[in-house]
Amino acid sequence: MALDKPYKDIPGTTIFDSDQARLGYHVNQFCMTLMKPENRERFLENERAYLDEWPMSEAQKRAVLDRDYNALLKLGANVYYFGKLFFTDKISFEKGASLMAGMSQDDYREMMVSGGRSPDGNRFIGEKS
Amino acid sequence: MARLSAGVSMSHVPAIGAAVDLGKTDEPYWRPLFEGFEFSRAWIAGEKPDVIFLVYNDHAVTFGLETIPTFAIGCGERFEIADEGWGPRPVPTVIGAPDLAWHVRQSVIQEDFDLTTLNEMKVDHGLTVPLTLMYGQPAEWPCRVIPFAVNVIVYPPPSGRRCFELGKAIRRAIDSFDEDLNVQIWGTGGMSHQLQGPRAGLINQEFDRNFLDALVDDPESLAAIPHVDYMRDAGSEGIELVMWLIMRGALNKKVKELHRHYHVPASNTAVGHIILQND
Ligand SMILES: [Fe+2]
Repeated sequence: MALDKPYKDIPGTTIFDSDQARLGYHVNQFCMTLMKPENRERFLENERAYLDEWPMSEAQKRAVLDRDYNALLKLGANVYYFGKLFFTDKISFEKGASLMAGMSQDDYREMMVSGGRSPDGNRFIGEKS
Repeated sequence: MARLSAGVSMSHVPAIGAAVDLGKTDEPYWRPLFEGFEFSRAWIAGEKPDVIFLVYNDHAVTFGLETIPTFAIGCGERFEIADEGWGPRPVPTVIGAPDLAWHVRQSVIQEDFDLTTLNEMKVDHGLTVPLTLMYGQPAEWPCRVIPFAVNVIVYPPPSGRRCFELGKAIRRAIDSFDEDLNVQIWGTGGMSHQLQGPRAGLINQEFDRNFLDALVDDPESLAAIPHVDYMRDAGSEGIELVMWLIMRGALNKKVKELHRHYHVPASNTAVGHIILQND
């Protein structure tokens, strides 16, 4: 019998549950290695070769190479893990979040300073605000 | 006897630590956030707690996916500052309180809370940012610290109810420790925020303010909130708020609110802060 997963209808959100953690194990553990400067350097020198050292799917490798963070979320990566890619690329968490939100960093910061994204209309998939 | 005198909660956003470390606290973006901690800095200088029981979470720094403890207590003598990728924060090493930590461990495991015991571990911004907010930039931390790490990253975290009940067990353990100590418990993380996906940037000020109100007078109602409500209403990372319930569970039923502060934003997050005194 399947588990109840009542969080599946939250829009724009991927919950890092057992399914995702299983799917993303290697991509997340790859990200952990980027906390060391010598690994970041080696990764940036030849990203493809570094990724090929890990038993990740081609789609996961592609998403890392493309820095497609929303794709990474679907493929089992978690933001605290692929956040290591943000500082490999020398971008802030604010910038990283703005990329996933599909906004410029200026617009995103403006939204945050004005009180953040409203929960109204953002609680359920298909909900109208 | 050890005495639990107060509980404190605050968010532990990494950018707050960076703002202090880089001397940016007077910038217009940051000033209102730090002003809300001026009372707290003066208050804690007068309280001089001996030990902080510090509930926080690690952020894929010390714990990767190889080991995922739901609750872990730091029983070591000292805890070095983790290098999260840009070098360790320039803050003092954290000194543990192993006698009390080992005592709490034994007591709460006997009450059916199956903690993981950690003797060697590094601590990340989740633990050091709260110390910075309360103590500024001292050469050494003026208190000893028991790190208490909660998994809130790999779903599911412990339930709010479980956290609240664990807080009560921790309180009984502290009360039964023979050394004369002034102990505080801190619950950190939150408040509403979402760091991931197209919904990143979600903030729910109404949820947060209600949470702060109920934390004082009606924590039982908060203990009943299911995970999905936090994630839906307060953002996927807003679920960190269950850690505040460990703090609240450890305090008396009736507490006195000494101070409250709420500010949006710090980077992606709504920052909340409250000081509750055991009446
Ligand atoms: Fe956290």
